[in-house]
Amino acid sequence: MLDSVLHIAVLVLFPPLLLGIINRTKALFAGRRGAPIVQPYRDLARLLRKGAVYSRTTTWVFRAGPMIALASAIVAGLILPLVTPRAPLGFAGDVIAFAYVLALGRFFTMAAALDTGSAFEGMGASREAAYSALAEPALFLALAVLCVPAAAASFSTALPASAHGLPHPALLAAAGALAVVLLAENSRMPVDDPNTHLELTMIHEVMVLDHGGPDLAFVVYGSAVKLFVTAALLLHVLVPVPAGGGAVGLALLLAGEVLVGVLVGAVESTMARLRLQRVPQLLIAASVFGAVGLAVQIFQGRP
Amino acid sequence: MTLRLVLLAVAVLVTGTVATALCGRRDRSALGVGTVAAAVASLLGIGASAGALLGAPRTATVVASWAAPVGELRVGVDALSAFFLLCVFTVSGLSAVYGAGYLRPSAGTRRLAPVVAFFQLLVAAMVVVVIARDAVLFLAAWELMSIASFFLVGFESEREEVRSASITYLVASHAGVVLLILFFALLGQHAGSFGFEAFLDAGVPEYAGALFVLALVGFGTKAGFWPLHIWLPDAHPAAPSHVSALMSGVMIKMGIYGLVRALTFLGPPPSSWGVVMIGVGAVSGVAGVLHALAQHDLKRLLAYHSVENIGIIALGLGLGMLGQSHQQPAVAFAGYAGALLHVLNHGLFKGLLFQGAGSVLHATGTRDVDSLGGLARRMPVTATCFLVGAAAISGLPPLNGFVSEWLVFVAAFRSSGNLPAGWAVASLAVAPVLALIGGLASACFVKACGVVFLGEPRTAAAASAREAGLLMRAPMVVGAVLCAAIGVAGPWVLRLLSAPALALAGLDVVPPDAAGPLASVSRVAMVTVGVILALAIGRALLLRGRDVRASATWGCGYARPTPRMQYTAASFAEPLLTPFLPVFRREVHTTPPDGFFPAGSRDEEHLGDRADAALRPLVRGLATLLGRTRAMEHGRIPLYLAYVLMTLLALLAWQAAVSAGWW
Repeated sequence: MLDSVLHIAVLVLFPPLLLGIINRTKALFAGRRGAPIVQPYRDLARLLRKGAVYSRTTTWVFRAGPMIALASAIVAGLILPLVTPRAPLGFAGDVIAFAYVLALGRFFTMAAALDTGSAFEGMGASREAAYSALAEPALFLALAVLCVPAAAASFSTALPASAHGLPHPALLAAAGALAVVLLAENSRMPVDDPNTHLELTMIHEVMVLDHGGPDLAFVVYGSAVKLFVTAALLLHVLVPVPAGGGAVGLALLLAGEVLVGVLVGAVESTMARLRLQRVPQLLIAASVFGAVGLAVQIFQGRP
Repeated sequence: MTLRLVLLAVAVLVTGTVATALCGRRDRSALGVGTVAAAVASLLGIGASAGALLGAPRTATVVASWAAPVGELRVGVDALSAFFLLCVFTVSGLSAVYGAGYLRPSAGTRRLAPVVAFFQLLVAAMVVVVIARDAVLFLAAWELMSIASFFLVGFESEREEVRSASITYLVASHAGVVLLILFFALLGQHAGSFGFEAFLDAGVPEYAGALFVLALVGFGTKAGFWPLHIWLPDAHPAAPSHVSALMSGVMIKMGIYGLVRALTFLGPPPSSWGVVMIGVGAVSGVAGVLHALAQHDLKRLLAYHSVENIGIIALGLGLGMLGQSHQQPAVAFAGYAGALLHVLNHGLFKGLLFQGAGSVLHATGTRDVDSLGGLARRMPVTATCFLVGAAAISGLPPLNGFVSEWLVFVAAFRSSGNLPAGWAVASLAVAPVLALIGGLASACFVKACGVVFLGEPRTAAAASAREAGLLMRAPMVVGAVLCAAIGVAGPWVLRLLSAPALALAGLDVVPPDAAGPLASVSRVAMVTVGVILALAIGRALLLRGRDVRASATWGCGYARPTPRMQYTAASFAEPLLTPFLPVFRREVHTTPPDGFFPAGSRDEEHLGDRADAALRPLVRGLATLLGRTRAMEHGRIPLYLAYVLMTLLALLAWQAAVSAGWW
């Protein structure tokens, strides 16, 4: 019970901090002092205090999009172990539910974008659909690498199974695939540029152009939670969750999240966005990483 | 009891067929009689089959036999039959009610008695296919099913493309049935009888592999496995929408039923069959969804998704077979249960989606998605139901598609344990393939929902659309509710599924670790719904009393937007299809601008189906060849009597030759 409370508290409170860390890292790279790390919390509070403007073209789908996207990120966070090996909603087969709950949020984000009737948002939805569909096999190959040793599709058996000193080569390959999936799913460089002001070059930001007020707060908060959760998955592949949990698990998780934040910020500061035609190649490369890891995992010690 | 109720339902359907036919030109009474008969039959059948599945853990096979010229005709209901009966009766009942609303405006302008009668005949034939317990009755019902659906496809026979689609369908079904006759003849020769029980008692023949291939191709033609699907994207859109719902929802599943029934005759499957099945499923799934993405005709798009979903069912069956051949009960159970549940689920959401497409066609007169748009404001119930069906077919929680795809994924992930490496590669490959199919399917349905229902209307027809009538809305709402119910009722679903899945897997008890997780899947679904509701309440409280305004969509500063500037289906799908272009047969027509004052230029690109291009000449050739036999047909009874006499004489001569020892 206490573990569940801790899990939910971490999941609800920390994600905006990750955005603050990324922004601070980018500011430092650019030679600026940057906004305080807690700035995203202030932004969210400001958005939540506002009213809203809705396009006359839109229907309930547009209003439901941000809520479903945020709910899906939270439920995915409840399925994945964070500070202890057991998650509040974990069960035998939760690996699949994790991926498909995230897909639910994406489906309604894209539908809400199309609901505005704007060509820009349609373009964003189209690109999101294309890249997320190609990222899906890479994600499942990486998940399969985790699941093979215990022959069960459950995070609680898949993640601690990797606890033996240095990560197994297959797990390194899976982590490579997951890192690309993380950048693509969360619309980060080199797949998407979260900061650009040119609608033509964006993916995620252009899909949410028409949202404002509390809806935009849901969108921003939801994408922070999603980033936090996918980063936690990547971390757990490399550093298993300690069985005792509690304080050690919390310290490890937060240290890892800070590291991911700094790395994402560094990638964003030093790399240019890929040309759109190149993105599928990157995602297919991630699938190849996953497939190699899976092959190692299957053929190891078998006729 | 179950069997009696099912036979009573068949009797109701046959009586209804005759009564409808007797209505002649009184269209309204034909429609009324037929709908009531189909609805009553479906209620009887749902009660009987659901009772059988939920009541006793195993349904006893009841056999009623009677003398007939071709030996004995046997019928019976076991767990597998009961499950498929549930699918047939549920979807047919909903489609019949929908059809009453869909066809009503045509009353008086078009003869409705035939389409209503053949609809009931088709349902009755499917029921008999599922309860038949001997090969002769099975094939007779199978043939009746094909012919009844042929006449339904050809309902609007004044249109050239409808005639061509129905002929293609007829040729394809009969090419399939030839293989099935061969299959049953070989099996009957081995067993010495055509009864299904004799097949089971006779043991496995040594040419079981060849029989498996015959069943796979023969039944696969009906099911629509790639590349045997070529009739499907033509026939389903050509039929009236409630018939499309029935054909796509359950009729193609008769191919799956036949295949799994055939598998029970052939003993425990070797691993190689499982791998073949997984291969067939992977190709059908990926190719089906890619071609769906390339469509702009709403009903054709849905028809290609049937090919995709049949592929998902095949993936589940293949995993079940692999698990069975390697004595892994958990894998076998999850694979077969996933495949069976997907049969039911696909019936529900595909029926719902075809009904939604029918309402759109009814309201706007077009199936071209790029001429639609903004229908959600004009047809809110249809749009919401279609969106639920779209999320369900994309395998998203908390709906039913997720539960069945989850079972297939679990079978794939769990299979890795004790399988030799080679087989494990095949079974684990299912995970990324199914993930890709899921990702592409949700892209395709975002496209379909977005372009048809969301945004601004692109044409005047879409702008003046009206919501469908009550008889059309009610079945869609019921379908959407059922899709949601299966998503959150895991333990109940397991009770429906366990008897048929155990029968297929050759197990006696449900593997202990299979039951718990389904309850947890439902828990995740309910928590998701709960969090969404909590956020909705929170948002409503936040916005209460605040300034909420309506305005135009933000056009990035552009002040004169038109609906034609919206993203179309083609532009939405373009970035997704570009990496997969080699899959398609591409046709590019370019008319470049010419001269100093060019009059106009044109650029067209069509993404065609390679299987279609390869197999259609074969179908055409077959049709031409068989067309030659028309020389024998003159419609005069004496001539046919002469044919009968000549056949009889030839047979007598042959018999005499055999008994005289000349042969």
